[in-house]
Amino acid sequence: MKIGIPRETHPGERRVAASPAAVARYLKLGFEVTVEADAGAGASYPDEKYIEAGASIVSGDAAFGESDVVLKVRAPRELEGGAHEVDRIREGATLISFLFPAQAEDEIERLRARGITTLAVDQIPRITRAQKMDALSSTANIAGYRAVVEASNEFGSFFTGQFTAAGKVPPARVLVIGAGVAGLAAIGAARGLGAIVRAFDTRESVRDQIKSLGGEFLTVQIEESGEGGGGYAKTMSKEFIEAEMALFREQAKDIDIVITTALIPGKKAPTLWTKDMVETMRPGSVVVDLAAEQGGNCEGTVPGERTVVDGVVILGYTDLASRMANVASDLYGTNLAHLLDELGGAEGYSIDHENEVVRCALITEKGEIMWPPPKRPEPTPAAKPPEATKAAPPAPARPAAKAPTKSHGHGPAEPSEAAGKFSPLSIVFMVVLAAIWAGLRLQPTASGLDPKAGEFLQHLTVFVLACFVGWQVVWNVTPALHTPLMSVTNAISGIIVVGGLLLATAEAGNAAAWVGAIAVLFATINVVGGFQVTRRMLRMFRK
Amino acid sequence: METGLRTAAYIAATILFILSLRGLSSQVTARKGNIYGMLGMGIAIIATLTCSGLDAFVPILIALVVGGAIGARMAQTVAMTAMPQLVALLHSFVGLAAVLVGFATYLAQTKTGSVFEIEIFVDVFIGAITLTGSILAYLKLKGSVSGRPLLLPGRHLLNLVLVTSAVGLGYLFVQGTGTEGLWQLIAMSLIACVLGAHLVAAIGGADMPVVVSMLNSYSGWTASAAGFMLGNDLLIVTGALVGSSGAILSIIMCRAMNRSIWNVIFGGFGSDSGKSPAPSTDAAPEGDIQETQVDEVVERLAAAKSVVIVPGYGMAVARAQHKVHEMTEILRDRGANVRFAIHPVAGRLPGHMNVLLAEANVPYDIVLEMDEINDDLPDTDVVLVIGANDIVNPGAETDESSPIYGMPVLQVWESRFVVIMKRSRATGYAGVDNPLFYRDSAHMLFGDAGTSMDGIVAELRAMAPAGAGA
Repeated sequence: MKIGIPRETHPGERRVAASPAAVARYLKLGFEVTVEADAGAGASYPDEKYIEAGASIVSGDAAFGESDVVLKVRAPRELEGGAHEVDRIREGATLISFLFPAQAEDEIERLRARGITTLAVDQIPRITRAQKMDALSSTANIAGYRAVVEASNEFGSFFTGQFTAAGKVPPARVLVIGAGVAGLAAIGAARGLGAIVRAFDTRESVRDQIKSLGGEFLTVQIEESGEGGGGYAKTMSKEFIEAEMALFREQAKDIDIVITTALIPGKKAPTLWTKDMVETMRPGSVVVDLAAEQGGNCEGTVPGERTVVDGVVILGYTDLASRMANVASDLYGTNLAHLLDELGGAEGYSIDHENEVVRCALITEKGEIMWPPPKRPEPTPAAKPPEATKAAPPAPARPAAKAPTKSHGHGPAEPSEAAGKFSPLSIVFMVVLAAIWAGLRLQPTASGLDPKAGEFLQHLTVFVLACFVGWQVVWNVTPALHTPLMSVTNAISGIIVVGGLLLATAEAGNAAAWVGAIAVLFATINVVGGFQVTRRMLRMFRK
Repeated sequence: METGLRTAAYIAATILFILSLRGLSSQVTARKGNIYGMLGMGIAIIATLTCSGLDAFVPILIALVVGGAIGARMAQTVAMTAMPQLVALLHSFVGLAAVLVGFATYLAQTKTGSVFEIEIFVDVFIGAITLTGSILAYLKLKGSVSGRPLLLPGRHLLNLVLVTSAVGLGYLFVQGTGTEGLWQLIAMSLIACVLGAHLVAAIGGADMPVVVSMLNSYSGWTASAAGFMLGNDLLIVTGALVGSSGAILSIIMCRAMNRSIWNVIFGGFGSDSGKSPAPSTDAAPEGDIQETQVDEVVERLAAAKSVVIVPGYGMAVARAQHKVHEMTEILRDRGANVRFAIHPVAGRLPGHMNVLLAEANVPYDIVLEMDEINDDLPDTDVVLVIGANDIVNPGAETDESSPIYGMPVLQVWESRFVVIMKRSRATGYAGVDNPLFYRDSAHMLFGDAGTSMDGIVAELRAMAPAGAGA
């Protein structure tokens, strides 16, 4: 199969869909690779390097028209003069590129009409297995880093604090809004340059990630999680946003550089940095708006432009990844190599609808529009590993190391599921009880059955109900509290003291009363000891 | 009217007990749960006392005060490491009380009839099993009796004979009128005592968490049986609550070991004759054990960004939890991410390790369960295994001939550097060799865990604290 890598035609786009290293990976998967002449020039990959890697250099028409799979960075676009890139692709071939289908109806229609199979790399789901193909993340990572570099370029002072003979310079204060991939990369880069970094995110789960990069986590004192699906945040309530704005206003007085990265999938980016905040900032401060392409987080952002408002520089560049075309192309090429591997390489190449990754990315196929894909349960973000594995029903490929558990006959269910299921033991238990009950019930009362049997049945009913309640309640006990649970149930089982008391009082004077009193003595040891020791233990648990 | 009042009080007590168990579902509400339990018990005792005649007030008062004093003293003085023994001992008291109540009821002859007599018989039977079973478990946990399983030849047959003869005696017992059946009741109690001791004797030390929770369950069923006997719903309900709680704990423990509950109760390790010696031939791990010293461990710890500590029974024995906590604090101050990984059957009680760590003031939010942390282990710089063995045995996943094959374990070998603190080269309770020790990433630190921890803490303290900018 032949892969074609054309030159990107979008103005200012310097990236290319493969570095020479990525070409070597495609070849290893069994593909033949053709590269349009000068395709890698903008990313500092001369044609010779591609030839060395094993690709052949062809014309643009050949790269588009004679390939089975066309790899691009940007979505196909209308060229000057009315021609469209889609029409250069051979009918029935496959196109893999960024597409952002929600904003590309026209392109999708053209691709469909031409019978092209289209895979949009931006639609690859953010699940653990697909991380190596996640071009959005690798691009965001570059953008986050570059945002800091661009900001430092505009900023008229050091990032790191300095004590020089000529005086003291305080370190730059950087605020990163939104700690996704780009935000975290920005935090890391700014910390690396020596700045004081604060980061805001609505999702509590990223607190540790921010801390681990040396950032300070800012938060709003309102209980609401911003955890949306797929590693994104969701839209927050009005109260939350008000509190958030107040926090930003406070920060604006103090901050030199703001990097905003807040995106909500399928919606216009939320406005987080308002005009008055910009005005509050000191002249010479810098705002880098990574959400510029989706409308921007900052009022005053002009997508693709550098603007100055009240002495504050606002950067709305949308080509940050392209400004680091060399590494961006290399990482993108590697993402594509993993995707091609997922598709089966050249040998087993197929578009498998059962494969979640492929299905999500599939936009058009055989003249049909395949997007959006059928709903699947939303995977919880990888940011919260413990819950994530429990919540995501189609557990993505359990680690092979756990295999023995499965092969072991009636292998136990996942402990987390256990709460909902009855164990075989309990079923046996229930059946036995039912049998006793039925046996007693069916016995004709006329045959002189002990009158106590009726009373017995009544007690049995109570007993079964109590077992059921106990069963329901105890499964909720957290494993860390199993020892206190034992000692408290131990104390409670000292309820036998009541039996002793009844006997000791009712039979006063008899031998039975004395035996009962001794029973009371032992049961009381249990009651007092059990509760006391539980109290001691529980006092020790602290957060 | 009086009975009505008592019924109301009993219902209140029952609800409080349920709330008590419910409260234990999280650390935040647990203390309240315990208080509910105390309230429930208080209401039950007072209601019983006030609503019956008070003819025997003095002996009862003496029993309550003396019992209470003994209980309080035991609870106050017990060391957290000795908690398993205490719990086992307390179970035996419930068993004893149940046996006594059974006898007293029979002697009092308040009611007659075969159902009633069967109830007495069952109550005494379960009570006696709980009594001796718990005492033996206590002795085993205390170390007075070897933890090795006692496997008599034909022990299943022996159990069967004991149960059958108990049933036979039961038949005779029901035939007798008045207190004629007393000798059968006594004989059966003795048989049940032997049975209880024998059942527990056959179970190995590593299965102790299951045994203790089973006995917990028995003590509940005993109380429930007493409730049937006395026609007292409060006893039935409370006993059933405790009984199911213990049963659930046993099930959880068994699941954690990937063994069926029958296998634990009647099996005992090494009973699958010929299976356990096998590993020595083919699974004898190749390679050498690498020994390490305190200073190397300290160096590794100081450089680590993430540390996971896997405590086991050895930590409890060495009472090293306070030192472990001290080390944790030092490492956390240095910026490392320190967490604890708790295997469900670590220690000799369900949740034993959590209690010990809590005693040492380790915050519970860094104490994680096996499922929560296993996936993070590959990214961990240093894993410290303190006195644990079987729960970190990779053989459980790979070696089919291993008796613990299929038991979920902590995959510590996935991490970059594993330090295993151990007293000696001996095997764990399961008597299985541990291939972990021969792995490249594994390093053994022989010696008492307490002494080793002292050394580590002292050296870490001596090191200059990591500079903020470094």
